[in-house]
Amino acid sequence: MTQPLLEAEGLEKHFEVGGGGFFGLTPAVKLRAVDDVSLSIMPGETLGLVGESGCGKSTLGRLLLRLIEPSAGKIRFDGQDITTLGRGAMRAVRRGMQIVFQDPYGALNPRMTVEDIVAEPLVIHGKPSGEATRREVRAMLDRVGLPARAMERFPHEFSGGQRQRIGIARALILKPRLIVCDEAVSALDVSVQAQIVNLLQDLQREMGLTYLFIAHDLSVVRHISDRVAVMYLGRVVEVAAKQAIYGAPLHPYTKGLIAAVPASHPSLRSRGRRVRIAGDIPSAINPPSGCRFHTRCPHVMPVCRERAPALLETAPGHQVACHLTEIPPG
Amino acid sequence: MSLLEVQDLTTAFMTGRGEVNAVEDVSFSLNEGEILGIVGESGSGKSVTALSIMGLLPSPPARIAAGQVRFAGQTLTGLSERQMQPIRGPGIGMIFQEPMTSLNPVFSIGDQIMETIRAHERLPQAQLRARAVAMLDKVGIPAAARRLDDYPHQMSGGQRQRVMIAMALACRPRLLIADEPTTALDVTIQAQILDLLMDLRDEFGMAIIIITHNMGVIAETADRVLVMYAGRVIEEAPAARIFDHPRHPYTRGLLECVPSLTEDRARLVAIPGTLPEPARRPAGCRFAPRCAHAEPSCTQAVPALESLEPSHTAACFRARELSR
Ligand SMILES: Nc1ncnc2c1ncn2[C@@H]1O[C@H](COP(=O)(O)OP(=O)(O)O)[C@@H](O)[C@H]1O
Ligand SMILES: Nc1ncnc2c1ncn2[C@@H]1O[C@H](COP(=O)(O)OP(=O)(O)O)[C@@H](O)[C@H]1O
Ligand code: SF4
Ligand SMILES: [Mg+2]
Ligand SMILES: [Mg+2]
Repeated sequence: MTQPLLEAEGLEKHFEVGGGGFFGLTPAVKLRAVDDVSLSIMPGETLGLVGESGCGKSTLGRLLLRLIEPSAGKIRFDGQDITTLGRGAMRAVRRGMQIVFQDPYGALNPRMTVEDIVAEPLVIHGKPSGEATRREVRAMLDRVGLPARAMERFPHEFSGGQRQRIGIARALILKPRLIVCDEAVSALDVSVQAQIVNLLQDLQREMGLTYLFIAHDLSVVRHISDRVAVMYLGRVVEVAAKQAIYGAPLHPYTKGLIAAVPASHPSLRSRGRRVRIAGDIPSAINPPSGCRFHTRCPHVMPVCRERAPALLETAPGHQVACHLTEIPPG
Repeated sequence: MSLLEVQDLTTAFMTGRGEVNAVEDVSFSLNEGEILGIVGESGSGKSVTALSIMGLLPSPPARIAAGQVRFAGQTLTGLSERQMQPIRGPGIGMIFQEPMTSLNPVFSIGDQIMETIRAHERLPQAQLRARAVAMLDKVGIPAAARRLDDYPHQMSGGQRQRVMIAMALACRPRLLIADEPTTALDVTIQAQILDLLMDLRDEFGMAIIIITHNMGVIAETADRVLVMYAGRVIEEAPAARIFDHPRHPYTRGLLECVPSLTEDRARLVAIPGTLPEPARRPAGCRFAPRCAHAEPSCTQAVPALESLEPSHTAACFRARELSR
């Protein structure tokens, strides 16, 4: 049996945040952005990660690459526990894991040429800048669909879609095995989004890449993912193969999220026909007791307010955290 | 007679590269109680069209270079700011993508709603307050009476959008222009806000122009659809026809490039290239460089909107032969 490329066990991230209030007099409180998350990603697969904004997707993505330090839990990459690796050892591991952000503009140094931006990871990892590096950069740019003349230009000279290609080239130049795509196509116009999604899929096939694909667009996630994890207020509430998540979701939150996606045709309008998730996502600073979804759940029961449901396997490869599925039938 | 008539509207901006038409030759009309969807990718001219109707573009750099806007029989283009004031609000209300930009952070939402009402109607304080509470209640803010003294930053994005809708509705407009009202919101909240807009249309019979880049939002709301590309209208039809029989290659591309929530597709059908900036638009059909069906003749002239069926127009030289 192959082992997962990436595994998280009981991962947590707490932020200390000022409680707000006037003059900062309110004491800092603990915000559990990621709360006891365990998941794994197999080599070559794409795990989609969805959930409303603020549910902890980006924090989880950064934790998995150890771009931020976990408050608790373990991370294993390619079988190796990387949770407490020192700087030097972590640097070697990081060659194998890269991230692509939503706004490539914010992530690309505006004063560097495209050549230098794409070459930088190579240089950081000890490759001398010279003709061999130039060739490598040119080949990578070509691979992501940018012309060689892009090398001397600056990020602001490119459209959003092309900047995203630059960000992808930079992430791929070290030939990593895992890429975290954090809303990598979310800011793009749909026609360009399709180009980038196709590119990511081609690259995955050619280079054997593994993706954690974070996005709030459920249709794009369905298209690109093999499995999908759904997060709510810092917790994973359901994980399954995409056919199960979209075809037979079990968690009321997953059902509500999918039901909220606008119709694909005027004859399929959802108003009055689909159950809506009411209200807003509650504050992560003071989350609801028990099941964190209970304040918005159409099926809420007394037990839901008291006890948090565990993430349990309901079928092979399908995990759900909900008292409805936890309670044995009968 | 239509409630709103926009005729050959051309709005130009003075830029470093000279004057460019952000919006060109835009014509459409809207009936009482009708929902018109305007769809197109960013930079296609949707917001400039809306702001031109509202007379909200700063001049300079903006200028209505040609065309006119008529609302309820009155010509709006050319009106002074003072003459436009009474039309905004009771005539045409508008809500934006980011409510925070139109809400004042230092006043409570109750004060802001009451101020909006007071600008158009003289009412005693107690009645003003009652009306404000009723409006918040109408747009689905729970415990409205208690939220009246809240400030905008104390509310979520979805609630702020509800407050904006309440402020627009407080004047009972005959037309509401909603410019990307759900783009910044999560899908769950988007669904709630779209439901609300549809409920309000049913209850008050106001007309709505809903501006979006999302074909799903169009499917959920619009009676009729205007598709814009690079500043021009390239197709117009009843909503179901746009989805069933799109005639412009760009409209077809827009529908095909988004993945489905129910069907597997091996590969997405992308449209190559990107939308050109106004100063770098190609000659002839502006979509030609990205169009799979472009012929040399497509770059010779700008295709005009042509009627293909009753109430269905498209601006493509090859529309007739292609959609057989
Ligand atoms: N550096 C930080 N300091 C304090 N709170 C943070 C920080 N980063 C994220 N958060 C909070 O953690 C939660 C999860 O955020 P995030 O991971 O960005 O969510 P998502 O990517 O799903 O939108 C949010 O409540 C957010 O406000
Ligand atoms: N203040 C301005 N000055 C110059 N150009 C502008 C200004 N506002 C908008 N434009 C241009 O007008 C075009 C249409 O913009 P807009 O109507 O905002 O597009 P949309 O709302 O469809 O995304 C864009 O190309 C934009 O660059
Ligand atoms: S545990 Fe209860 S509240 Fe939570 S999703 Fe399931 S039914 Fe709803
Ligand atoms: Mg995020
Ligand atoms: Mg706009």
